[in-house]
Amino acid sequence: MSPRDFHIVWGARSSRAGGVVALALVAALAAAPYYAGSANLNLLTQFFAYLALATLWNLLAGFSGLVSVGQQAWVGLGGYCMFALTMFGGVHPLAAVAIAGVVAAVVAVPVAGLLFRLRGAYFAIGSWVVAEVFRLFSSQMSALGGGSGTSLPTRVITSIATSRQGREFTIYWSSLALVALVMGLTIWLLRSRWGLALRAIHHNEIAASANGVETTRAKLVVYVVAAFGTAMVGGLIFLQKLRISPDAAFSVNDWTAFVIFMTVIGGIGRIEGPIVGAIIFFALRETLSDLGSIYLLMLGAVAIVAMLKAPRGVWGYIVEKTGFEFAPLERRVVYTPAKPATAVLPKGDAQ
Amino acid sequence: MRDAPLLKVADLVAYYGDFQALYGVSLDIAAGEVVAIVGANGAGKSTLLKTIAGQLAARRESVSFDGVAIGGDPAFANVRRGIALVPEGRRLFPSLSVEENLLIGGQAKRAGRWNLAAIYELFPVLGERRRQPSTSLSGGQQQMVAIGRALMSNPRLLLCDEISLGLAPIIVKDIYARLPLIAADGVAIAIVEQDIAQALAAARRVFCLREGRVALASETKDASREKIAAAYFGV
Amino acid sequence: MEWTNSILQGVLVGGLYALFATGLSLIFGVMRLVNIAHGDLIVLASYLALVATQTLGVGPLTSLLLIVPLMAVIGYGLQRILLNHTLGDDLLPPLLVTFGLSVIIQNGLLEVFTADSRKLHAGAIETASWPLVSGVSVGALPALQFVVAVLLIAGLQALFYRTAIGRAFRATSDDPATAQLVGLDNRHVFGLAMALSLAVVAIAGVFLAVRANFDPAQGPSRLIFGFEAVIIGGLGNLWGTLAGGVVLGVAQAIGAKIDPGWQLLAGHLTFLAVLAIRPEGFFPRVKH
Repeated sequence: MSPRDFHIVWGARSSRAGGVVALALVAALAAAPYYAGSANLNLLTQFFAYLALATLWNLLAGFSGLVSVGQQAWVGLGGYCMFALTMFGGVHPLAAVAIAGVVAAVVAVPVAGLLFRLRGAYFAIGSWVVAEVFRLFSSQMSALGGGSGTSLPTRVITSIATSRQGREFTIYWSSLALVALVMGLTIWLLRSRWGLALRAIHHNEIAASANGVETTRAKLVVYVVAAFGTAMVGGLIFLQKLRISPDAAFSVNDWTAFVIFMTVIGGIGRIEGPIVGAIIFFALRETLSDLGSIYLLMLGAVAIVAMLKAPRGVWGYIVEKTGFEFAPLERRVVYTPAKPATAVLPKGDAQ
Repeated sequence: MRDAPLLKVADLVAYYGDFQALYGVSLDIAAGEVVAIVGANGAGKSTLLKTIAGQLAARRESVSFDGVAIGGDPAFANVRRGIALVPEGRRLFPSLSVEENLLIGGQAKRAGRWNLAAIYELFPVLGERRRQPSTSLSGGQQQMVAIGRALMSNPRLLLCDEISLGLAPIIVKDIYARLPLIAADGVAIAIVEQDIAQALAAARRVFCLREGRVALASETKDASREKIAAAYFGV
Repeated sequence: MEWTNSILQGVLVGGLYALFATGLSLIFGVMRLVNIAHGDLIVLASYLALVATQTLGVGPLTSLLLIVPLMAVIGYGLQRILLNHTLGDDLLPPLLVTFGLSVIIQNGLLEVFTADSRKLHAGAIETASWPLVSGVSVGALPALQFVVAVLLIAGLQALFYRTAIGRAFRATSDDPATAQLVGLDNRHVFGLAMALSLAVVAIAGVFLAVRANFDPAQGPSRLIFGFEAVIIGGLGNLWGTLAGGVVLGVAQAIGAKIDPGWQLLAGHLTFLAVLAIRPEGFFPRVKH
C-alpha cells in the first residue's frame, strides 16, 4: 500500500448528479406559480417553511448534539419582529423578515451563553424555558395585542403586492429562496472547518472537548445560524398567516414537535432526511389531520417506533441499502490499490 | 457431579465489536483449584475473564458452570450462580463507603461464610476504615475492597483480573498471602496476571494465552521458564 | 402583611415544585435520563385521581393510596418496556422518545377528558386556615402539602443513604457495568428508579390538582418548574432541590403580586439569573 493509492474525494459522483437534480427541481418549483393552483402554492409555501425549520433543527440536533425543544422561540421572535418592524417602523415586509433574522442572531448569542451551561439533555429543557420566556414577554406587549395577538394592517399587506395573487407569488418565491438559502448555508457550514469540529462533537464529546475552544465556537456558530434562519422562516410564516398571537407564534407542537417528527422519520443527521420527512409529514397531514388529537397521538407513536426500530430514518435506510447520497458531507479517503493487497488483521485483544 | 470440573470453557470465541479477541479457547477449572492465566498484553486474558463473568457475549455451550451451559448470560445472573469477577482497575463505586462497597457485593444474597465480619478478619485494615469513602483508600486497600466485594457474593469461582497492577511489591505479597485462605473451603480461583512469577507461585496449574489462543496448559510444577517463555512470546 | 402572605404561599407551593424536581433528578441521577414527559405524567396522575374520586367516591387524599402504587407500576412498566431501550451513549433516543411520549399522553388525555379545566375537591380542608399573626394566615392544605414534601424528601434522603435499594441506585449511577458484576440487573434497578420517581410525582400531582385547576396541556409547565427547581438548587442534592423549589415558588409569588402576568415570567427569569450567576446551583453535589 503506497500513499499514492489513496485519493481524497468530495463525496461521490452521486453528489454531482444530486446538484444537477437539485437545480432542475428549484427551477421547476420557481415556475410553479405559472402552473400550480392557489391552494397548491399555499401548501408548497408551508412545505418550504417546514423543510427549512427541519433542516435547521437537524443542523442543531443531528449534527451538533444541540437537541433543542425550544426552536419555537426563534419562530415566534421572527414573527413578532416582522410585525413590529412593519407596523411601527414602516419597513418593507421582506426587509423586515431579513432584519428579524439578524435580530434573532444577535439575541441568540447571550441566550447561547446561558444555555450552553446546561449539559446535554438539560440543554433541551433550558431551550424550552427560553421559548416560554419569549412567549410570556410577547403576551405583555400591549402594542402587539398582548395575549390575544394582532393582525397585520392593510397598508402593510398591500405593501407586499397590491393584488392577492401578487402577494401569494411573492411569499411563495421568498419561501423558496429562503429554503434554498437555508439548505445551502447548512451544507456549506457542515463542509467548513466548523463542520469538522461538529462531527467530532457528535462522535465523541469528551475527545472533542480536549479541543474545547474550537467546539464551543462551532456550537455557538451553529446555534446562531439556526436562530437566524429559524427567525426568518418565522417571519415569512406569519407574513403568510397575516395574524400573530403568542400561543401561535411560540407553539411547541407546531414549530418543534412536527419539525422533530419530520427529521426523525426522514433521517436525522443527514441533509436529505428532512426533505423525505417533510414529504411524509405533509402526506400524513393532508390525509389524517382531521382526526385531531388522535392524529397527533399517532405521530408521537410513529416517532417513538422510528427512533427505536429505525433510528436512521427512511433516508438512512435507503442509503444503507443502496449507498446512494445526494449531498455527502464527508471527504472520503478512497483506496484504489495498484495491485491486490493482502489483508492483515490485527491480533490481540483490547485488554 | 464431583468429577466434573466446576468451570468448563470449550472452544470459546469472543469479540469486541467487530474485533475478534478469542479464537477457540478451551480450559477447565476444578472446585478449590487455583489456576494462573498468563500472557502478554493483548493476548486475551481479560477478555476471557469478562466472557466467563458474562460481560461479553458468547455462544451458550462454550461456557459451562457446574454442568450448566451459561455462555452469554448476563453478569448479574452469573453472580447469583457463584461466579465473581474482581475487575481490572478495581472499579469501586466512588459514591459508596468502604462498607457499602462490601455490602453491595452481598447483593446476590448467596449463603456462605463470607460476610462483613469475615472480610474484616481477612483484611483488618478495611474494618478500621469502613466508614471512609472508598476513593480515600490507598491502591492496595482499594484492591482489598474489590476482592472483599467479590467475596461477599460467596462465589464458588473467583476471577481476579490483574490484582497486582500498580501496587507496591510488598502489598502484592500481602494480598497473595490471603488467597490460600480464600481457596480453603473449595472456592476455585483464576488469576490473570502479567507478572508471571507471582501468579505461578500461587497456582497449581497455568494457562498461557497468546493471540487469543491457549498456547500452553500445564501443571505449574512442570512448567519451566523456557516452556512458558516459548508459549508467551511464541518463539 | 399582604406581601408576607404572598411570600408564605410561595414557600409552601415551592414544596410541590421540589417534589416535581425530585422525581426528575432521581432518574437523571440513576440513569442519566431526562424525561421530557415528566410533567405530562404528573398531569396523568391528577386525571387518574379524578377518575378515582369520581368512581369510588373517595377524597383526593384517600385516592393517593391507589394512585401512588398505580403510578409506580406505570413507571416500572414504562421503563422496562420502552425507556430501557433508549439508554446508551447517544443523547437523542431518550430525549426524542420521551418527547413523543409527552405528545401521546397530552393528546390521549385530550381525547378522553377534553380540554376542559378540572379540579379535585378535598372538602373542608381546602378552606381551613390558621392565623399566624394579624393579617398573615396559613392555609391547612398548603401547610399539609409542604409538610408532606419535606417528609418525602427526608424519606428519600434516608432511602438513598441508608437502604440496600438506595445503595443499588448509587452504585448503578456510578458505574452501571460494574453494578452488574455485583448482581444488580440494571434494567430492574432503572425500573425501580422510575417507579419511585412517578410515585413521588403522583403525590405532588394530586396535591396540585386540589389546589389549582388542571388540563391536558399543563404537563410542560410542570416539567419546566421541576427542572428549574433542580437547576436552582444544584444537581444531585435533595435538600438543595427543596430550596430550589422554594426559591422558584417565592419568585413566582412575588411576580404575581406585582402583576398577574408576571407570575411565570418571574420564575423563569430567576432561573435564568441563577444560570447566569451560579450555574452549578446554590447547593451543588457534595463531593466525597
